[in-house]
Amino acid sequence: MIQRTRVLVAATAALALGLTAACGGGKDDSSSGSSAKAEFNAALDKVFNPSEKKGGTIRLANSGDWDTLDPGETYYGYSWDFLRLYGRSLLTFKASPGAAGNELTPDLAEGLGETNDNGKTWTYKLRKGVKFEDGTEVKSADVKYAVLRSIDKATFPNGPAYFEQFLNLPAGYKGPYKSKGVNTDQAISTPDDSTIVFHLKQAFGGFDYMAALPQTVPVPQAKDTAAKYKEHVVSTGPYMFDQNNLGKNFSLKRNPNWSAETDPFRKALPDRFEVSLNVNADDIDNRLLSGDLDIDVVGTGVQPATLGRVVGDPTAKAGTDNPNQSRLWYTSIVGTVKPFDNIDCRKAVQYAADRTGYQTAYGGPLAGGDIASTVMPPTIPGYQKFDLYPAGPDNTGDVAKAKEALAACGQPNGFSTNIAYRAERPKEKATAESLQQSLARVGIKLTLKPFPQGDYFSQYAGNPPYVKANNLGLVLNGWGADWNDGFGYLSQIVDSRVIRETGGSSNASVRDPDVDKLLDAAVGNTDAKAREAQWGAIDKKVMEDAFILPGVYAKALLIRPKKLTNVYVNPAYNMYDYVALGVA
Amino acid sequence: MVVGPGTVSDQAPVAPDPAGGSVPGKAIEGRSLGRIAWTRLKRDKVAMAGGYVVVFLILVAVFAPLIVKLLGDPPNEFHQNLIDVNTLAPKGGTGISGDHLFGVEPQNGRDIFSRVVYGARISLLIAFLATGLSVVIGATLGVVAGFFGGWVDALISRAMDVFLAFPLLVFSIALAGVIPDKAFGLSGDALRIAMLIFIIGFFSWPYIGRIVRGQTLSLREREFVDAARSLGARGPYIIFKELLPNLVAPILIYATLLIPTNILFEAALSFLGVGVRPPTASWGGMLSDAARFYTIWHFMFFPGMAIFITVLAFNLFGDGLRDALDPKGRR
Repeated sequence: MIQRTRVLVAATAALALGLTAACGGGKDDSSSGSSAKAEFNAALDKVFNPSEKKGGTIRLANSGDWDTLDPGETYYGYSWDFLRLYGRSLLTFKASPGAAGNELTPDLAEGLGETNDNGKTWTYKLRKGVKFEDGTEVKSADVKYAVLRSIDKATFPNGPAYFEQFLNLPAGYKGPYKSKGVNTDQAISTPDDSTIVFHLKQAFGGFDYMAALPQTVPVPQAKDTAAKYKEHVVSTGPYMFDQNNLGKNFSLKRNPNWSAETDPFRKALPDRFEVSLNVNADDIDNRLLSGDLDIDVVGTGVQPATLGRVVGDPTAKAGTDNPNQSRLWYTSIVGTVKPFDNIDCRKAVQYAADRTGYQTAYGGPLAGGDIASTVMPPTIPGYQKFDLYPAGPDNTGDVAKAKEALAACGQPNGFSTNIAYRAERPKEKATAESLQQSLARVGIKLTLKPFPQGDYFSQYAGNPPYVKANNLGLVLNGWGADWNDGFGYLSQIVDSRVIRETGGSSNASVRDPDVDKLLDAAVGNTDAKAREAQWGAIDKKVMEDAFILPGVYAKALLIRPKKLTNVYVNPAYNMYDYVALGVA
Repeated sequence: MVVGPGTVSDQAPVAPDPAGGSVPGKAIEGRSLGRIAWTRLKRDKVAMAGGYVVVFLILVAVFAPLIVKLLGDPPNEFHQNLIDVNTLAPKGGTGISGDHLFGVEPQNGRDIFSRVVYGARISLLIAFLATGLSVVIGATLGVVAGFFGGWVDALISRAMDVFLAFPLLVFSIALAGVIPDKAFGLSGDALRIAMLIFIIGFFSWPYIGRIVRGQTLSLREREFVDAARSLGARGPYIIFKELLPNLVAPILIYATLLIPTNILFEAALSFLGVGVRPPTASWGGMLSDAARFYTIWHFMFFPGMAIFITVLAFNLFGDGLRDALDPKGRR
């Protein structure tokens, strides 16, 4: 159930002239309030149960393994949230509920990035007095080293790949392990111990978001053990590793060399954090409800078996929060598979699909999310509400319109095609079964094709020759942004140039040269407001093409920790802010 | 010499049989072994109950479309109007009503009764055909190994060891992953079912093979085989006319006891997602779906009970059959 946010900025991203950091937006900043009353969504936009009390232990559990504790490779939202306890990146997101949580704030750096050539070089000044857990002072070279080592994708295959795409690295550079002694000052220079300068290939206005990646958390070269560094990450935050049994559990204790004077926002209230790994997901829910456990660290919400107990009971429901996930679950309608080369056949699917059924397959309005009608979720700036294919008053599909579209397509009696989904995901299976039922009403017969999720995009549903040869007309899909921004969200799923014949692209269906042109125009626009409007226009164009059947704007139903203080949902991570928590 | 109501010579072959029912004063008929066994089986109430349930299940599987037409809804049809969208549970807890005898599934509202009935088809079809396959292979190789002995026996026996040591579950998961959509002129569910029959049948033949081999080893030394051999009978004749008729009983018993094992194995494979593709209903697949909703009792209860009752019925019937055919083994 864990979904990696697979946003890799394409090479075209480098054209993003002066793409300034536009985020948050939309909602009013009503975040400064606090609340003590336990009610549904009490910790969504304000701090629940505020307190300054120190001490205690916070107990967390993960139903799977931690993707990795190494700041250079970790690529899960929950891990980025948690990592701030033991690592400090140059910038980070504000520790705040509401819209302010989406804003960047300096952490290891003294301020946001400075550029004097329209975004081609970026300079950060480090705070004085920040120390590693062994007492040595953090220098700019440690940040440089941390970024460079993360580039080595043979050692860290699953990490974000933004830096190697944007930095002006020497040709053939493969990271400090393999390319020993290579001068990398043309990519990152460190004029003194507290200054670091990033040199990009092309201007990129949104570089501050990259400076907020965990990959900029400093790593001392002398203590680096490459792929084994995750066994003992050297802390710069208020906590350091006490015990670490990979795959089982780990615990954090206070870092004596962290000083609150160098840290503007970490309160560091509890004494310890204890994390159990590979715990049965239903067991986690039961222990959360009994108070035996504080937090399900992954933050994707309760299991279906728990849903009835939590939602059906008003007291239990008052102990939950229901944040948006900045994520869309959708179905790609593949135009290279006949008869979906005809737009009217694609529209027939849009009209015939039972959207309420789609939502129920994902868990209903609370655990699943809101019924979607656009590609961009409402949390992305530039989102406009529209619905080109109204699905009837109860959102179960418009059979009459679908039949009209089928007739226009020349297939009045319907046709047969296949629907691909990830075998390991019960929600996708339920969705495929639901679409099979709702499309059968107009004669579109679907055969279910489960595929293993590990190779889903590389070999099967994201591999164009395979999709065509095996008639995968519909492909279940989902997408979430690494940060809430129109470019980062859209470029990988609607730009036809990211589709690779060898497979691997998350864009399984959108092939429209006009959309590509609109994207290029938007990326080159330096006016943030105008650009946001352009993202909305691209969204509309993709929906007019009917290449994407939107499903749900994802939400998660989180069980609020009973015994903790300062509980709120940080919108940058869409889950509780682990840095702020204290023990009552 | 006192001559009683029956002659001594008449009584001799059946006298030790406590179930013979030879009533003094009635003419005694000569009875075949099969008839004797049948009489014994009929007296075993537990076994007969198992037998009736088995017959009932087979009828249910055969007439599933008719039953569902009368008492349920199509097995893949959604009834989401019966579902509480926030909890995904059926409204009122289970959704059990006159229209849905076993209630409806959470999330999509499919009729559980119809799915259990249709699931019987998959379970029984696969279990019977897989058992048939393993009986054919096992009996043939077992007789050949036992009768010819020597290097033939050594070869087949080692092959049995290899098959018994095979990590079958792992193998079947891997095989199900690589199997294409179309092969051997089959596609879709038909191909999946054929694959399951092959996996289950092909890898469980050594159990029967070993029994048959052991029986053959002892039978071939018996006087009637020696007699046939001394009269000039050759291998095939002895196997088919002298040995096989005496092997029917053990083969039948083990086949009956293999069926429930195979039902469980099929359910396990379906539970792991190796079985038939959704939305086709199978008991193991239903249990797998139900595990996500373990707080909603009826979803797991009905397919679980179906497996439990079926396996129990076959086991009770198989035990009774063994007792009837082999009175010496009686407890």
